[in-house]
Formats: sequence, structure tokens, C-alpha cells
Amino acid sequence: MITFEQVTKRYADGTVAVSDLSLEAPTGRITVFVGPSGCGKTTSLRMINRMIDASSGRILIDDRDVRGVDPAELRRGIGYVIQQAGLFPHRRVLDNIATVPYLLGWDKRRARDRAAELMELVGLDAGLASRYPFQLSGGQQQRVGVARALAADPPILLMDEPFSAVDPVVRASLQDELLRLQEELHKTIVFVTHDIDEAIKLGDSIAVLRVGGRLAQLASPAELLARPADDFVAGFLGRDRGIRSLSFVPARSVRLRPVTTVSLSADVDEARRTARDAGEDWLLAVGDDGTPRGWVSPLDLPRAGTLAETPLLAFGSYDRDADSLRAALDAALLSPTGHAVALDGDGAIAGVATQRALSEALAEAAALTAPPPRPVSPGLRPDASGAHRDGEHAGGVREAPPGSMGDGREASRG
Amino acid sequence: MTWFWEFVSDPANWSGPSGIPARLLEHLTYSGVSLLLAAAIALPLGLLIGHTGRGGIVALVAANAARALPTLGLLVLVILLIGYGVAPVLIPLVVLAIPPILVNTYAGLRGVDADLRDAARGMGLRGPQVLFRVSIPVALPLILLGLRLAAIQVVSTATVAAFVGLGGLGRFIVDGLATKQYPSTAGGAVLVALLALLVQGIFTVLQRVIVSPGVSGRVPVGKAG
Repeated sequence: MITFEQVTKRYADGTVAVSDLSLEAPTGRITVFVGPSGCGKTTSLRMINRMIDASSGRILIDDRDVRGVDPAELRRGIGYVIQQAGLFPHRRVLDNIATVPYLLGWDKRRARDRAAELMELVGLDAGLASRYPFQLSGGQQQRVGVARALAADPPILLMDEPFSAVDPVVRASLQDELLRLQEELHKTIVFVTHDIDEAIKLGDSIAVLRVGGRLAQLASPAELLARPADDFVAGFLGRDRGIRSLSFVPARSVRLRPVTTVSLSADVDEARRTARDAGEDWLLAVGDDGTPRGWVSPLDLPRAGTLAETPLLAFGSYDRDADSLRAALDAALLSPTGHAVALDGDGAIAGVATQRALSEALAEAAALTAPPPRPVSPGLRPDASGAHRDGEHAGGVREAPPGSMGDGREASRG
Repeated sequence: MTWFWEFVSDPANWSGPSGIPARLLEHLTYSGVSLLLAAAIALPLGLLIGHTGRGGIVALVAANAARALPTLGLLVLVILLIGYGVAPVLIPLVVLAIPPILVNTYAGLRGVDADLRDAARGMGLRGPQVLFRVSIPVALPLILLGLRLAAIQVVSTATVAAFVGLGGLGRFIVDGLATKQYPSTAGGAVLVALLALLVQGIFTVLQRVIVSPGVSGRVPVGKAG
């Protein structure tokens, strides 16, 4: 665990970069420092490995004051990843990764074996081992940077905007990779970013800092989205945080109803008959493998032919077990029917979520995540009575604070 | 060219203490010793100010001022002060060689990406380890450039030794002019020029051997090196 105790960094010219910061970064978790530029997030990170020394206060790693440790020794026990990777251009990839093992006096063979192991771990092709950094893409360089930080298996990893210099697609894959690695390695990670979406995706807890290095809020992503401490945090989170908070609610809670399906090879008369017998306005056309292909409205079918020859209406689907309520809602919005097709883990149709079922799930989510009624700025004032009524619908949710989730409130009554 | 040919084809020019081999050896000795002394002063100084970033301006101003000193004038001045000998010849050559080494070593180190040095420190490298394991290998092309410029200037300028009665290839030029034996003058001049080209060639090879391909980019992008 990394503990900040009333840490302040004041420069000689009087600038205060970090002001009276107290927080804990728990062992085995990802703690994200996020905030606008000038909020002292990088300074705070760099005080952990003593790249910068605090002016006052203490930083403890597992109850040991970092000021009591020789900086170079301290840093060899802490992985460090920076924005442009900072790879040594004159060394091959393998030797870059083995930097800290070499410093620790490992013999060359062992250090290189370890480096090769790490290349595999971070998803780098073994053929890249003898390349120089300039021969790699930005994403590959950043993977080497992560591998290098992990080489001596430090318990702590400091990451200073490591993914901000790569394009969005590569960034997303690096983020996924980091989460996968973390599931395996359980490092204590402190991650600095200015990108709130990255913070929400990666963080177990998020420290939002405001300019001048003051802690505005320390909370889990779901908590942060649901209950921003003040207008600054709410503003930094952006407008659609109600919708975004649904990413943290599993879609499993959405009640499903059966759907009447019809094979793509059926002809239009058969489709009309099926719809009439079932009393349905919509049929879900499925392929031979049972996967959904699109919605069919019996009223709009041509006179003859098979469904395979008719244009189908768009549908949206989600994974009942793995996806969030946000994905389910998104799937519903993609279909003209307003229904989201729920799939099980094998991709088979588990049923459909109607708008009514989604509303109920949203109401539950609101009860789970909403702030208790309290005075906030006018734009954020919750409709306490309405939300309370919604909260009562929430089966199985006990002692959930009554309230509302802002933007989500509208949908919950739909 | 005919004068040069006349000069090198004369067997008398190839033997004895005033033959080409002996003069060449003298020339190389003056040049080599001057270059070593200059490097011994300018390299550590350049590394120190480049690494710490302190005192850079003072050293650069001094180096540029030294560049403006005419070597021959300085030579005469030194001889007036301390008399004839080898040392008075070496001093102006060392003064000539220091600025390019100092300036390029300093520039090379300052040009090392701050993020790179930051990463090195963050990995747990100590100050001297950052310098020797990261900064110098990365700055090596410029450091070598400084040494090469200094070496070429010293080799070309070591001819001044002849003006004060010492040896070296300058003898052929000075004596040739004095006795109106132009083949000797031309021969000496061409030999000095060839020597400078040779120095250039040696440094080109050195650069290829000791600069990492990762720094010089001497391997194709996207291919294993």
C-alpha cells in the first residue's frame, strides 16, 4: 500500500504543485490520478519514487517512508512507465527490457531469459527481441516500456500517461492488455492520466485532482459517476455520466422475455402465420445456426418469396452474462423495435429485453448508484420523491439510498 | 600533379631524417599528442557541463573565443614566452583542437532526450550510470564528430611546426618555398591533404563500429538488426 500523508510540494518560486494530499493506493489495485493539466498528478506520482522530493508530509510504501531509502535503490524496486516509453535507442529490445535486472546484478543469461518471458507476457513477438526501438511502432514501444518496468517483478508500478501518445485504437488495446496483465499479476499500480474515460476504464479507485494539487475526490469509478463530490468533479466527468455509470451495472438483472423466431429460409406466408399464431408484432429472423439476423414486421412483408430475400430490420444484441446495462440499452436503441436481443455465452438467443424490462433495470440501477438527497447545484438537483418511488421497485436492493441518477432518471420512466 | 609525381618518385625523398617516412612520423606525433591532450581536457569538461547542464555558457564562450585565435600568431607568442621546442608547437594545436571537441560533446549530451534521461533515472540508474550507459552512447555521433573535426584541423595545421624549425610534413612546404623547389612544396601540401582524408576515413569506420545501429539508424526500419 502506498500512503500519502499531508504531502505538499512547493517549488522555490512559490508555485504549489501538490497541496496537502492525503490518500492511500491499496495493494494490488489500480489507483488513477486524474485531473486537468497543472493539477499536480504527475508531480504526485514522481514523489513516490523520489524523482521529486516532497516539501512536507510523508509518502509511505507499506509503512516505510520513501525518504529513508536511497533513491536509486528505491526506484529499482518500483516499475516506471512514461509517456514516450523512454526506451534506450542504442539497446535492442531484449536488453532494454533487462535494464533493471542488469542493474540488480543478475547474470546476463538469467536477465535475458526473464526479458524473453516478459515479451511473451505483454504480447510482443519473440522476433522483435533483437530490434532497436526505432524499428518498432508506437504501440510496440509502449509494450516494451511496460515489459521493462515489470522485468524485476516489482510489487509497484508507476505509469505516467503511458498510453496518451498512441492512436485511440492502439490505446484501447493497450488498456485492455493492462487490465488482463493486472488480473494475472496484482500489482499496486498508480496510473496518471488526463483522460477521464481512461481513468474510469482502468481505475479501481480514482483520485480527481484540481489545479494546485488538491484532492477533489477519491472514489471508485461507479461511485464517482454516481456521486461526484462537487461541480468541479461533475464538470470534469462530462455530461453523460448517468449513461456511463450504467457500464458498472451488469445486464444480468434485466428481465428477459421469450421471442418468437422464424427461420430465414421460411417464406413470407409462413412468417405471417407464425406472427398471427403467436400474436406478435415482431418476429426475429434467425439463420440456420440459430443466431439472430434481423427483425421482421409481418405487416411490411412482400407478397411472396422467402425471408432471406427480404430486407430485414436492424437489431442490437448483448451478452446477457458479460455485458453491462449500458450495452443492453445501446442494443435496444439500435433496433427499431426497441427490443434488445440477449445472447448467452455461446451466442444463442436467450430472449429479448423489452423497453419496460430495461426501465425496471434502470430504476434498480438508479437506486443503487444515486446520491442521497442533498443540496447540490441547481442543474444537478435530484428529483428525490420520484426517484424514491423508483427505488421501491428495486427488488432485492436493501438499504439503497433513495435518490436519482440525473440523466438516467428520464429513461427510467420511459 | 607533375610536381607531386616528381616529388614522390624521387628516391632521395624516401630515406633519412628528412625523408617522407620520418617527416610523416613527426607530423603524426605532433598531431596525435595534441589531439590526445585536447581530448583529455575537452572530453571530460564537455561531459561534465553537458551532463550537469552547469557552466555551459562560460565554457562555450571560452571555446568560441579560442577558435578565433590565429594558430600561427599564438605559436609565435608562445615561443616568445617560453622559447623553442616541441611544447610551444603543441600548445597552439591543443588550443585549436579543444573547441570542436568541447562544443560537440556538450551539444551531444544536451541533445539527449530529457524523457530518456528521466526514464533512466526512474529505472534506478545513478547519475554516472545515466551518463555512461545512456547519454554517451546516444550522444556518440556528435562526440565523434567533434573529435573528427579536431583531428582534421590539427593534422592540417601541424604544418606550422616547420615555421619554427621543427619537423613534420610542413618542412617540405616551408623548405620548398624557401629554396624555390616547388615539387617539394606541392608534395608536402598534397601529403597533408591525403593525411586529412585518411583521418576522415578512419573516423567514418570508427563511427560505424562503435555507434549503436539503434542510434545511427543503420538498420532498415521494420527489419531485425
